[in-house]
Amino acid sequence: MTAHLSEEQLVMYYYGEGEDTPAVRAHLDSCEACRAEYAHVQRVLNVVDAAPVPERDAGYGAAVWRRVQSRLPLRRRFFLPVGWPARQWAAVGGVAALVVAAFFAGRYSPKPGTASQASAGQVRERILLVAVGDHLERSQMVLVELANARPGEPLDFSAERERADDLVAANRLYRQTAARTGDARVASVLDELEPVLLEIARGPAQLSAEDVDRLRQRIESHGILFKVRVVESTVRRREQKAVPGAAGTTL
Amino acid sequence: MDMSDSVAVARARAGDSGAFRVLVERHSRNLFRLAYRMTGHQQDAEDVVQETFLRAYRQLGKFDDRASFGTWLYRIAANCSLDSIRARKRRSERQETIEDGAPDPVESLPDPAPAPDRLALSSEVERRVGNALDQLSEMERTAFVLRHYEGMCIDDIGRTLGVQPNAAKHSIFRAVQKLRRALEPLVSST
Repeated sequence: MTAHLSEEQLVMYYYGEGEDTPAVRAHLDSCEACRAEYAHVQRVLNVVDAAPVPERDAGYGAAVWRRVQSRLPLRRRFFLPVGWPARQWAAVGGVAALVVAAFFAGRYSPKPGTASQASAGQVRERILLVAVGDHLERSQMVLVELANARPGEPLDFSAERERADDLVAANRLYRQTAARTGDARVASVLDELEPVLLEIARGPAQLSAEDVDRLRQRIESHGILFKVRVVESTVRRREQKAVPGAAGTTL
Repeated sequence: MDMSDSVAVARARAGDSGAFRVLVERHSRNLFRLAYRMTGHQQDAEDVVQETFLRAYRQLGKFDDRASFGTWLYRIAANCSLDSIRARKRRSERQETIEDGAPDPVESLPDPAPAPDRLALSSEVERRVGNALDQLSEMERTAFVLRHYEGMCIDDIGRTLGVQPNAAKHSIFRAVQKLRRALEPLVSST
């Protein structure tokens, strides 16, 4: 090796990744200019090392688990795996309809005012909140798949498309319910979510790179994923509060 | 006896939350370090760690048993970190639009009392390195963090980023080039 080493060779040598490591080492031994250049690379990378990372103690993993754990069982309880056939996903829409119908049946049936009636109302509230929370979580999973797709590459979106198709019907029911019960925030997010779900459901199973980018831009520009996450988190908190004896909620 | 990652993954898939807990407790600190290096913000890094495990849990069915669980988790964490960086950029852009050139009231406050020289130098280095890392593209920053701080080999970085090893290698090289330019004054003065 007679010519000087390239910057790339020096960087790769620093990381022990070069294919010609022995030759680079031999050149460095004999070439003062390259040795000086390599020393500069080392100094820069040593400076980069100086940036500290805040320490996390041995109990950190347990603390993370406590935060994560509270969200896992909810998913496990209602989670429908990706591989479910369409008819099982269709059942999700049916369940949504039943939950909403049961909610209104209880809400509008004439009943004597008793303590147990208030309690039954709270139970209905909670059932609906759980259902809406799960609906938002399932919707999020579809959006996350899209958000995480590699830019500029086509995507097999057939499973998510089927899911979106079922979520559209449920979304409509929950949106109408939220609007009727005066829950403007939930209604608004569901209102924004619906056309996106519809577009995915009516779109092709195999998305082109352009389709992926367009859908992702639409989700990002409107902050839909973020809004869905925030509202899901709010609904989950309300769900925890909506136990018998706790204050009532709007949805 | 310690449960291996592969056993814990198999049990977690079968619904054993205790097994998933093992994985969370085992990998959290490493993920925090990676997320902090990527995002440069403690709170963002905390959110990334949490989001990584939630995504991993949802996608356990997609995990290929032949792969390393740690590498797979790093890949999710790197993607979550990128999402976090993008979200912060968008928030920052919106903020700039709102302020429309108005001076930052915090910046107009007088400087606090000078810290000891060493502390000042250390925070100056930290700030410059942070700024230099912010100048890297997403791919460059991810590849560089995984190689430089996490010691991941180029093949694994390629797998993590879903690119060919050569592309990962070039990203690392470009990152070092940019860092050299950005940190030149600092290196020359030491």
